[in-house]
Order: sequence, then structure tokens, then C-alpha cells
Amino acid sequence: MTRPSMLAVKRAMGLALAGFWLSAVALPAAAMAQTLMNGAGATFPYPLYSKWFDEYTKVDPSVRFNYQSIGSGGGIRQISERTVDFGASDGPMTDDQLKKAPAELLHIPTVLGAVVATYNLPGNPTLRFSGDVLADIFLGKITSWDDGKIKSLNSGVSLPKTPIVVVHRSDGSGTTYIWVDYLSKISREWEEKVGRGTSVKWPAGLGGKGNEGVAGQIKNTPGALGYVELAYAITNKLPAASVKNAAGKFIEPTIATTTAAAAGAANNMPADFRVSLTNAPGDTAYPIASFTWLLVYKEQPNEAKGRLLTKFLWWAIHDGQKYPSDLLYAPLPAPVVKQIEAKVKQISFHGKPLVAVR
Amino acid sequence: MTPLKRRAIVNRLMNFLAGTAALLVLLPLVLVLGFLVYQGGSSLNLEFFTHMPKPVGEAGGGMANAIVGTLILIALACCVGLPIGILGGLYLAESRDPRLPWVVRFLADVLNGVPSIVIGIFAYTLVVLPMRRFSALAGGLALGVIMIPIVLRTTEEIVRLVPASLREAGLALGLPNWKVTVRIVLVTARAGIVTGVMVAIARIAGETAPLLFTAFGNRFWHSGLDQPVAALALQVFAYAISPFDDWHRQAWAGALVLISMVFLVSLAARLATRGIQRQTR
Amino acid sequence: MIEVDAGRGGAAHGVPLPRAFFLTPRGSLWGDRVFQGVVYASVGLFVLVMVGIVWALVVESMPAMRRFGLAFVIGQEWDPVKEAFGALPFIYGTLVSSLVGMFIAVPLGIGAAIYLAELAPFWARSPIGFLIELLAAVPSVVYGLWGIFVLAPFLRNWIEPVLGRALGFLPLFQGPPYGVGMLAAGLILSIMTVPFIATVSREVLLAVPNTQREAALALGATRWETTWMAVLRYGRSGLVGAVLLGLGRALGETMAVTMVIGNRPEIALSLFAPGYTMASVLANEFTEATSDVYLSALVYIGLLLLAVTVIVNSAARLLVWSVGGTVKGIRE
Repeated sequence: MTRPSMLAVKRAMGLALAGFWLSAVALPAAAMAQTLMNGAGATFPYPLYSKWFDEYTKVDPSVRFNYQSIGSGGGIRQISERTVDFGASDGPMTDDQLKKAPAELLHIPTVLGAVVATYNLPGNPTLRFSGDVLADIFLGKITSWDDGKIKSLNSGVSLPKTPIVVVHRSDGSGTTYIWVDYLSKISREWEEKVGRGTSVKWPAGLGGKGNEGVAGQIKNTPGALGYVELAYAITNKLPAASVKNAAGKFIEPTIATTTAAAAGAANNMPADFRVSLTNAPGDTAYPIASFTWLLVYKEQPNEAKGRLLTKFLWWAIHDGQKYPSDLLYAPLPAPVVKQIEAKVKQISFHGKPLVAVR
Repeated sequence: MTPLKRRAIVNRLMNFLAGTAALLVLLPLVLVLGFLVYQGGSSLNLEFFTHMPKPVGEAGGGMANAIVGTLILIALACCVGLPIGILGGLYLAESRDPRLPWVVRFLADVLNGVPSIVIGIFAYTLVVLPMRRFSALAGGLALGVIMIPIVLRTTEEIVRLVPASLREAGLALGLPNWKVTVRIVLVTARAGIVTGVMVAIARIAGETAPLLFTAFGNRFWHSGLDQPVAALALQVFAYAISPFDDWHRQAWAGALVLISMVFLVSLAARLATRGIQRQTR
Repeated sequence: MIEVDAGRGGAAHGVPLPRAFFLTPRGSLWGDRVFQGVVYASVGLFVLVMVGIVWALVVESMPAMRRFGLAFVIGQEWDPVKEAFGALPFIYGTLVSSLVGMFIAVPLGIGAAIYLAELAPFWARSPIGFLIELLAAVPSVVYGLWGIFVLAPFLRNWIEPVLGRALGFLPLFQGPPYGVGMLAAGLILSIMTVPFIATVSREVLLAVPNTQREAALALGATRWETTWMAVLRYGRSGLVGAVLLGLGRALGETMAVTMVIGNRPEIALSLFAPGYTMASVLANEFTEATSDVYLSALVYIGLLLLAVTVIVNSAARLLVWSVGGTVKGIRE
């Protein structure tokens, strides 16, 4: 390249660099007019929350919510460290975790999700499972698809003689928690041998990373059986098995049956909403369902932000509930919403409730 | 067979093998790029580059903030990684001390093997916790630390290969030591060092784990370097692990944009530092 | 190696050189002092950062170290619920997957570097070099997902059955072909490390003075013999540096590996079996670690990974030194 044109190229690049830095510094100035609220936590509700926060800017243009899905555990940790304004978790905080937080944290349920048993078999049959059969499969006791126990639940289906490839989550997750919580309730052996947790020692199977990893693994492995959030089964076109619930009925995992699980538990809802909805009572309740919660401080450190946050929470449990089903989440049942209202009213600044009740 | 013939055959064979190696190395790139283009090509349009992310289910939306965010993070990382890396590499190549360089080289190799998530947690403890918020600065620090061993070792190896005759010539002309280093040695090694820096930038541009706890990510334009900032790798990650096809397509498109960005930065850096070709060729 | 005086590089060897960089005479120039200070400051900062990271790791893993001691290193159980932790399966997984990765990446990377530096037609060098660098820019999550959707099925349907039938008498190739597993992880790692090795090796080879090549050719060597005797030998320590750079990447890679390795903390001889690496378990479970002991055990694994990196690096250097190479770059 000749000397003059080299100079021209260098000049152009210098200008581009200067322009870039200017925009990096100047653009933020424009954005500073609005309040930015940061939240972190569960990956499961991320699509719904991003929809909510986008819609909410139309309701209240003075605030922007920035939510990042770093995992339920990450959410719990960050809200405890106060690096974010609110947290989100698929699993309730333990007593230990609550004690460690600098102030009292409230669990606000926002929406419901279902964990489904999904599989890869030729012909894509619809299968039925009971809790103890699932526990036995995940314990490694049932290893072939044509096992008598599976056959007895699915008399109309021809099951191949292929080995079952169990797929579970390798990363700690609320989805796992819901699944093993259910298995622990159903199977004494599971509870003793493996137990509950966001990560457990799996007796059998491969670990996939994230819901997406598990779904991908199952899709690509004939004979695989695993568990994923309902949304992932539907969008990946994987079958979802019907599971026998506490009332003895085989329930298909749908949005309606998931909401029914929470409705069934409404009567015995603990005050802090830290409840497990698995194996919930009710004829139409799907047995492997759970809340997902937003974690907020009861005593808000900043009045203006606290007011914006409470206003959003009020919107989320009322107007916000018309968005979940399109995105394959289950909305909160009405009796539970009433109970949550009382909780939201408790959020205060210096003792004064922040929510403006209409 | 005469020895000459045997040597000729070995020569042909080795040339062939080397060429095959180069081809095999390129094969995964073609496959992966092909995968990305096939899956995400349809999502690449002007809107992708100029708009912000939209919630799932709504058509359109883009990654403009993530693109700018990544550039900011790379720039910040370079502020940390380049000085320490290049100067450290110089030190390792030039010093006559028997012990300290050995320690430094050893530490650099160790740092190279530290998983990026650990470095992210380090930056979290150092910057995010005291500041009580996530920021681009923390993200830049984490990425910069990841850059250091790559730049350092590459600089060391390249500077080491600069012939002593050049250095001697400079000193013979009366230049002070530091000028010889900066004006002669570094300039001669410039191309190699730039390559090392580009490889380091390529590495950090695609890093997700260290940014989760530092830059955090942002659905909107950042409101300052001390605030959370979006990044392409983070956005790609969040979309790729979601259940929605539309977001998947955007994730692959985002990955394509990321790779192209690195390509362009690399090209620009090469053009800018072109000049006297290596003295030795 | 061809000894040609004018072509000798480096500053530290027996030939009497002008005053060494860091021995400035009395009344030295102000510029030298400042520059020296700046360089020392950078090095000092770097050492500080490293010490900080190591110290933080040690402190955080203290609870687990106190509770499990060194039995942690040979323990094989990983049960977060019962709080029984052992790192051996992860150490095994890290070593094996990195070994497989390097086994493939080193010859390919150096071969490609040789091709680019010595043998390729001039018009092709820059483009191909660029493309190889781009491999390093692909985000690991993309490699991971590509691994699940393209590589693993390919392995399961085509490669692993063939390997199992042909070489199934070796314990390395036994067991059901899942697709995911140690072999997939090794392959993904090799793809991810090869750009580092190839690019840095290419730069090293390009920096070898032409006089070396000319001397060899003048003595009647073929193209390949020139490369082997003059260029590769001269740049040997640089090549080792490049390989170690790639090795570091392989040991610490998280995202892509965890998506294709099967994540089963068990030790199995077969390459078809699933495994688990230290970096993967750290990344997978760190954000969700509930109890203090759990978290501390994970950090302990991080510390062990550091130790493994040190040991592997040292072993690699020792290996090179013992076959007659030098590892500090002194040109002999």
C-alpha cells in the first residue's frame, strides 16, 4: 500500500475509534433519565420476565428492569449481597440462606412451571408413568423400555427392547430440585439413597447442561428418557408423558393442569410461600409443578426504587398474568393471587408500606 | 532406492501431510460456520445491528447494545491486558536474572489454565462487591486478566527471536537501552505481537462465564462504565439455552456477528501495524 | 542445528553482548530508569494478581480442606446432598480429555503452522492464517451446542461403532456408543486449542531468521529437511510455548466440554464412556452451591485444577528438556 493511502486508512480508523469512545460515553447520558433496576436469578422464567419488563415500560416509562439469568443460586447470592435490586429463584431459599441475608427477604410467587418426563422412542408414543416407576428408572433399577412395570402402565403401546438412557441435569438447577423433590415424596428409597437438592448424586445416566442441553441430548439419543421444563418439551417437539397424581389420575402436563396444582395447594399455603407443589392434591393437578419466585427485601433500602418495584409486583400478579400462557408458563390461580397481595403490601420503607392500593 | 530418491519421497510426503494438517484444521471452522449460517443466517438483517433485544414471540429485535458492549469490554480488557502482557513478555525475553523470570513464566502458564469462571469470581470479589454493583469495569478487568498469559507468552517468544544483531546495531549507534527495545526490538516483533494480541482478543470475545458475575449483561444501553453492560457472548448464551426457535436463530446470528467482529478488528490491527516487514525475511 | 553467527537470536547466551538490559551503568539515562520501572511495575502487578487468585482460592477452600484433607484428592464420591466429596473422577476426566485433545491438536496445529510458514503458496498464507485465528473466536457455547447437535450424533452413528468393531479389543474403545463422552470432549477440545497452537507456532516459525534456511538449502537439504533441521529446531522452545498455551486452554475449558462429556463423575477406561472434568463441575455447580461445605469443596477442586496445571506444565517442560531441547529459550 502506498504511503498516502496508508495514512488515510490510519486516519479513518482513528476517527472511528474516537467516534466509538464518544458514543460509549455520550449514549449513557441519554439513558440516565430513567431508573434502572437490576435483577438476577433463575433461567426458567427468563423469557416471561423479559416479556413482562418490555410490556411494563409501556405502563411505566420511567423505569427499566434489567434481568439477567445467572441461575437461581446466583440470584439468591446476589440479592443477599445487595448487588441487585431483586432476585429470582426456582427453588425456595433454605432457612440457612435466609439467615445469612442482611435483612428479611420475601418470596413472591410470580408464575408456575411444570417439569415433564420426556423421551425419544420410535413412533413417538404417548406414555404414562407413575412416580415410583420414574424413581426406579432414575435409580437404575429399571433399565429397559420393555420392562414389565412400564408395560403394565402402557398396555396399548408396543415398547421396544432398547435400554433406557437416562438423561438428567449436570448443572445445579431449580428444575432438578422440583424433579427430585417429587421423587423423594413418592419413593422412600430415592429419599434415602439420593435425596433432595439442586444438584444430587445421580445413580444412573448422563448429564446435560441446562434444559436445552438435556432436550438436545434426548432428541439425539434413541431410547433416552429425561426431564425438562414443559416449554422445552413443547418447542423441541418432544413428547411429554402423563404422570399419575396424588388423586390417582394420569394427568397430562398442560398449562391448565399446572395452575390446578397451585389451586390445590392454596388452602394450605404457608405464609412465606416457600412451598413445594409437587404431588399436590386435586383431581386435575399435575404432580410435578412448582412456583417460581421473585426475592425482594421487606424493608426496601431506597424509597423511590422500592415504590417502583412494588408497583411492578402488583402489576405482575394482576395484569401481568395474561402473558404467561402464550409463553408456555402457567398463570397463578386467583385464590393464590389474593394471598400474594397481602404479602406485597408488606413491602415497606422505614415501616411505611410502599404499595399504593387502588 | 538411492538416498536421494528416498529423501525426495519423504519431502513430498511431509509437504502433503502438512497441507493435510492445515486442511483438517480448517474443516471444523467450515462446519461450525456452516452450522451458524444455516441456522442463523436468516436472522441477520439491518435491524439486528441497530435494534435492542425484544421479548420472545415478537418479531425482530436485535443485538445492537450487545455489539457495542462487547467492543467496550474488549477495549477495557486491552487497557489491562496489553500493558502487563507486552511489558511482561519483554521482561521475560530480555532479563538475565535467574529466578524471577522463571517464577513469572510459571505463573503465566498457571494463569493460562485457570478456568475463566474463577477469574470472573476474582473480579467479582475485587470490583463488584466493593462497588455493590455490576459494571463494565469489572467485566473488562476479568477479560483483561484472561488476556495476560496469552499476550505475555507470545510476546516473550517473538521478542526472543529478534536477532541480537539488530539490538547491537542500535546500541552501536548510541541509542539508550530503552529506545533500542521500544524502537527496534518491539517494532521488529510487532507483527508477531499483534498476532498474539489478536488471538487473545478472539479468546475473550467469546467468553461468557467470567461476564456473568461482572459485566452482568444489560437489555438496554449501558448507562455508564460503572453499570452493567450487554455483551454478545452473554446474549448468545442466554438465547441459545432458551426453548424458543426464534431466539435460537438470533443466538446463531449473534455468534456470526461476534466472529465477524473479531475478524474485522484483527484486519484493522494488521493494517495499522503494517510497515517494515520482519527484518529477517 | 546450523550455526550461523549473524543469525543468532536472543539476548541471553555466551557471546559477549553489550551491556545487558537490566544492568545500567552509573549515571544512566533517565529514560532507561523510567522504562525499567514501568516494566517492573507491570511484572509486579501481574504477580500480585496471580498471588491474589491463588490466595483467594486457598482461603475459600479451607473449610473443605479441613474437613476432607488429602483424602479429597483420591475420593471418588460426589454427593452434594450427603456432603461427601471427592475429586478423583474429575482429575481423571480433565487429564484424559486434555490428553486426547492435545494428542490430536499438537500434530495438526504444528503441521498447519509449518504449512503456513514454509510451504503454502504466498497468496494463500494470509487468508488461511486468518481463518485459523477465527476458530479461537467462536464462543464456547456455540462449540458446545454444535457438539450436541452435530458432532455427538456423528460420533454415535458413524465413528464409534466403527472404532468399536475395529479396535474393540482395546479397553479404550469398549462400551455402548453414546456419542457424548470422553472422545467427543477430546475432539471439541482439540478444535478449540488448535488455533492457539497453530497461530503462535506459525509466528514462531516465521520469526526464524532466513539465514538458517538458506544455510540448510545451501548444504543441499530438501524443503522438508530444511524445515525439520533448521527451522523447527531453532524455534523449538517457541513451539513448546505454543503447545503449553493450547494446553492451558484445554485444561480450563468449561462450557463446550460440559455439553458433550456426559457429566458423569465416574472413572472409566473407555473413551466412549461419559466423564466429568474439574472445570466443568466448577462451572456447573458453583452458582447453585447451597451449603458452605459444598461451595468450599468446589473451590478446592479449583485449587486442585491449578495444581494439575502446574504439574502437567512442568511435566511437559521436563519431557522436552530430556529429549535434548531447552526450555528457557537459550539457543544452542
